[in-house]
Amino acid sequence: MMTRLLALVMTFLLMGPALAQDTAPDRSATGGAQTLEDIMARQAGLAVNDAERRANVGDPDSAAGIAEQFGVLGGVSDPELWRGVRYDSADITVSAGGPVAETLVQSTGMTWFAFREGPLATYGGWLLLGTIGALILFYVARGRILVDGGMTGRFVVRFQFIERFSHWLLAGSFILLGLTGLAILFGRKVIAPTFGPEANAMLLKWAMYVHNNVAWAFILALVMIFLLWVWHNIPNRLDLIWFVQAGGIIGKNHPPAKKFNAGQKIIFWSCILLGSSIAASGVALLFPFEVNLFAKTFALLNATGLPELVGYGPLPEVLAPQTEMQLAQAWHAIVAFVLMAIIIAHIYIGSVGMEGASGAMTHGEVDEAWAHQHHSIWLDEVKAKQQNEAPAE
Amino acid sequence: MKPIFTGFAAIILIGLGSAFILPELGWSSAERQSSENVRLD
Repeated sequence: MMTRLLALVMTFLLMGPALAQDTAPDRSATGGAQTLEDIMARQAGLAVNDAERRANVGDPDSAAGIAEQFGVLGGVSDPELWRGVRYDSADITVSAGGPVAETLVQSTGMTWFAFREGPLATYGGWLLLGTIGALILFYVARGRILVDGGMTGRFVVRFQFIERFSHWLLAGSFILLGLTGLAILFGRKVIAPTFGPEANAMLLKWAMYVHNNVAWAFILALVMIFLLWVWHNIPNRLDLIWFVQAGGIIGKNHPPAKKFNAGQKIIFWSCILLGSSIAASGVALLFPFEVNLFAKTFALLNATGLPELVGYGPLPEVLAPQTEMQLAQAWHAIVAFVLMAIIIAHIYIGSVGMEGASGAMTHGEVDEAWAHQHHSIWLDEVKAKQQNEAPAE
Repeated sequence: MKPIFTGFAAIILIGLGSAFILPELGWSSAERQSSENVRLD
């Protein structure tokens, strides 16, 4: 599913240059203008090679002078000027609106709209439903992960107040952002037909308001959990043992772990990396046309040669301001869907999926038997520290 | 349970702060998505 999603995104990103790179068809019969085949292909919704039209926008430097035969004012004929307008390469000057208003025709709007309404909503929705379905199946097949030999009744402090506060700041804001984001994406498709357009409009107005303002709490919490936990989430050799034993989820083995095991590290780095990416694209959307991320990112990627290595041509390094916003929205939603799926799995394992886990983030303590089973090295470290700190008798 | 409610209260406070402070500074998303040629009222 991820491969398909990525392929779709890449298609979306590369549509312009990819089309331009197709082998140009023979248009000698029309003197380079579009042919009947082009018109038929366009009507059938097929890709049309427009490289020649795109490039044929006049060259004032080599044009005949205005007083000469075939000379035109400015050295650019009307068809050439309109092609420049069509492909956003004409030298447009506007009195208001800035660079955004200088783009008179931008082709990616409908591509973005179709992507948002189609593959994004469809695959994103199925990703979340599929994750929930897979977890239900896992629960039915494996059941709750119990603590071997039962609980001891002795507790050990797992997370301090500031850690739990940061976690819930992040969790609460992410759930609000996720629900409002889903409402904004699916409102017209699901809410409007069910509850009517007025209810949908009112709900989405508030959803947008909440989404825009709660974003700052999410960003703050992301910084807090990074500072608090990054040291404990640096990969080490214990993670390999955890992966070999599938984290103890499958089978009876319980691999040793420090404060965080490899599975929790995956959750942590997913939150940090995907969360930062969502935050960056979100800020670009909050302050439209101020922060342009994609042209710069594409230039960096092109410098690595990676796009050509995987079979694509160089990515476009000049993007219309509107295209920047469309890519920011598409990326924001795709990464958010992936993070939501990961967090649904995290919520499952931290609540119904594992006996004794939820206490760590509610009252901050876990049973020693739970700690021994899932974080044996960490428990030993905590006990050794307690013994060292205990007053001598 | 105290950190949970404190965390949720902080979300509300930060959200309200953003809703009231950013428009004062001219940095609300509504304003940033507009221009002097667009009349919101």
